[in-house]
Amino acid sequence: MGAPKREEKQSWLEARFPARRLWRDHLANYHVPRNLNIWYLFGSLALLMLVNQVLTGIWLTMSYDPSAEGAFASIEYIMRDVEWGWLIRYLHTTGASALFIVMYLHMFRGLLYGSYKAPRELVWLFGMALYLALMAEAFMGYLLPWGQMSYWGAQVITSLFSAIPGIGPGLAEWVRGDYLVSGVTLNRFFALHVIALPLVILMLVVLHIMALHEVGSNNPEGIEIRQHVDAEGRPLDGIPFHPYYTLKDLVGVAVFLFVFCGVVFYFPEGGGFFIEAPNYAPADPFTTPEHIAPVWYFTPFYAILRAVNFSLFGLEARFLGVVFMAGAIAALFVLPWLDRSPARSMRYKGWVSKVMLGVFVLSFMALGVLGILPSTPLRTHLAQLFTATYFAYFLLMPFYTRWEKARPVPQRIASP
Amino acid sequence: MSRWMLILWLLMMPLAALADASRSMPPDLGDQASLQRGLKLYVNYCLGCHTLEYQRFSRTAADLDIPQALMEEQLMFSPVQAFDDPMTNALTGEAAQQWWGVEPPDLTLAAKRHGAEWISAYLLGFYQDTDRPLGVNNTVVESVAMPNVLEPLQGVQKLGCPPGASRVLSRPENCRELVLAQPGTLSPDEFEQVVGDISNFLAYVSEPSRLKARAIAPGVMVFLFVFGVMAYLLKREYWRDVR
Amino acid sequence: MAEHGINKARRRFLVGATSVMGAVGMAGVAVPFVAAWRPSARARAAGASVQADISKLRPGQRMTVEWRGRPVWIIRRTPEMIARTQAVSPTALADPDSRQPQQPEYAQGGLRSRRPDIGVLIGLCTHFGCSPLYRPEPGAAEARGGDWPGGFYCPCHSSRFDLAGRVYTNMPAPTNLEVPPYRFLSEAIIEVGEDGEPG
Repeated sequence: MGAPKREEKQSWLEARFPARRLWRDHLANYHVPRNLNIWYLFGSLALLMLVNQVLTGIWLTMSYDPSAEGAFASIEYIMRDVEWGWLIRYLHTTGASALFIVMYLHMFRGLLYGSYKAPRELVWLFGMALYLALMAEAFMGYLLPWGQMSYWGAQVITSLFSAIPGIGPGLAEWVRGDYLVSGVTLNRFFALHVIALPLVILMLVVLHIMALHEVGSNNPEGIEIRQHVDAEGRPLDGIPFHPYYTLKDLVGVAVFLFVFCGVVFYFPEGGGFFIEAPNYAPADPFTTPEHIAPVWYFTPFYAILRAVNFSLFGLEARFLGVVFMAGAIAALFVLPWLDRSPARSMRYKGWVSKVMLGVFVLSFMALGVLGILPSTPLRTHLAQLFTATYFAYFLLMPFYTRWEKARPVPQRIASP
Repeated sequence: MSRWMLILWLLMMPLAALADASRSMPPDLGDQASLQRGLKLYVNYCLGCHTLEYQRFSRTAADLDIPQALMEEQLMFSPVQAFDDPMTNALTGEAAQQWWGVEPPDLTLAAKRHGAEWISAYLLGFYQDTDRPLGVNNTVVESVAMPNVLEPLQGVQKLGCPPGASRVLSRPENCRELVLAQPGTLSPDEFEQVVGDISNFLAYVSEPSRLKARAIAPGVMVFLFVFGVMAYLLKREYWRDVR
Repeated sequence: MAEHGINKARRRFLVGATSVMGAVGMAGVAVPFVAAWRPSARARAAGASVQADISKLRPGQRMTVEWRGRPVWIIRRTPEMIARTQAVSPTALADPDSRQPQQPEYAQGGLRSRRPDIGVLIGLCTHFGCSPLYRPEPGAAEARGGDWPGGFYCPCHSSRFDLAGRVYTNMPAPTNLEVPPYRFLSEAIIEVGEDGEPG
């Protein structure tokens, strides 16, 4: 940095802070494959939604009362008495669902083009940790309105801990701080939701992006652009992130915001999926709503939990359900080591991979629907079937990715 | 590259259609006369038992365009209530428990919990049932604990066969249709409007901000659309370099 | 990147137009967040005007009502108290004709009230917000001075005010006591917090 011979005159700031270097390394001189398609938009959108959640969340905290007596009324206070409180709250509630939508699309992109494969394993792992942290964040946030669905959803999920043999019952009480979900639970969930988890999430976002920029972005072809560089070390098939992808993302942001604001202004309840009707009744520990379902983004895992109604190896069904549910998430973490295919992108993988990805997506969505619906014997069987195909995608991956014949991946990205 | 424009268009279509559809649905927040009638009916027939604890008189007056003096003189019956107070009543929980065995629920969010259509169906669904302590039952809420306060307007309904039904085919004990046995002061059509106005008012009360959201939404959407077009043109201009 | 064939004017225009629209959008987003800090409907309801019955307030006495969380004094001044207040030398007072904006328009002038006999003041010292003591009797001991014509004395930093709430010169308090908006609904009922019709 401060070499005296350098002609470029350094400003006061530059001598003390690498503002220009950060700009160059991460935007203006950060080279990205020039063939990224619409699937590469959702990371930026996830970041946008995260900023939305943090900002609206801070404002909601100003008027929210985290006590069992006052929480429900304070939501209505925000909706009615605080100027524009309704908009800030709807941005937050809709934003939570929107964040999960773009995150699921972002993750699907990873599966489609093999973005988790070497050398991007850490990018994937940090991303999965983010997903996990955001699920915890969303779950705890859902308790805060202290409506019937908030209360009973938290009651059911915290009860999962009690299924663990031995330490279970004590653990569930420890998580709640009471014999069942109460104001004590609300207080600690509030603290975790507004301080602890956001800190973890922001840190993970930084790690995710740092890891990504270290190895560079993947692309729909799965070609490593850094293997072919010009004399100055710039990838021949790359273009600077700024202005090309900043502007491309800006268009995506505008389209996304158009849809997002349409929901916020016209259908903030999202047809009962973003805000559920029973949550307009205050929490009542003596009356369970007729039908409890978690918010839509948890329902695939909830369906897996409910599908396990059998014992295995002497483990009772309740605990086994928790194991399967945890396994469904854990399987995603080890994905980089399950995929043995020489190709990254689905475009060059064999037909088995394509079929299995389709089966996986279908299973995930079917489980999501089944998790919303009240269970019947038929639906339980269906959920068991889709649980099996869900896991088959992961468990069989080491075999079919090696067995199938992948097409050779080109060295360079073809000119359009 | 025109794919973006196509996507924009495709996204617009269902939104516009849905926005139109929601306007023609039974709760019509744009119909201020209906909301005002609903308020008057609610204050006269319902508020004595069912509070609206999160809704202020002043907010209602402002949103429904009712002058403060009119509201205070004709729609606020308690001398101790101020214009800015929530729309509550003097009924105590113990008294209600004694009379009906249950406390009448607060109805601020009733339309959110059940939907405005449900409220209409409920209010239209009372019928005479001498087996019940209050002499009435309801087709929507079995063993209802609320008396039919609108009976003077509606008249008395019974479960039975509709007038046109064949006596041979449908024996009276098999018919479970609502039949007006004794007319009230209003015709069935007029009464349906009364019920519609009350449901509409409760839909408004459940989310007063909806009026404002509806008012500013078109501006926001148009702005974002124009911004999207500008951003697209800008992006296309810069991406000429890449080719 | 290829430098040829770049329409620089078009680029500049598009960048400018999009930036302006973006700035307008950001300003629009800021509106709800800024406005959300204004007093809420609940705060405004709690800060609404209060009514007080002054029919039982005897001459020379003071009563206190709460308005927006602050004490509001209502005093009924005797003719003798009025005379003593009017007799205070203007040079002894910082703002004898109440020109500073410490009262509604109708409460300007020497007695700072709609009616000479009824004084309405916010009971917080304009120095650091202590509540001054009511010492209407001439020559009161704490007010230190044989020439004390009656008034208010702040125990925190010894600021002194006359019976119209006017501050004496060389006091820690910089201005006269504040007069809230108020009006008479009848001979007996006073409403604090509402100006009503001018006059």
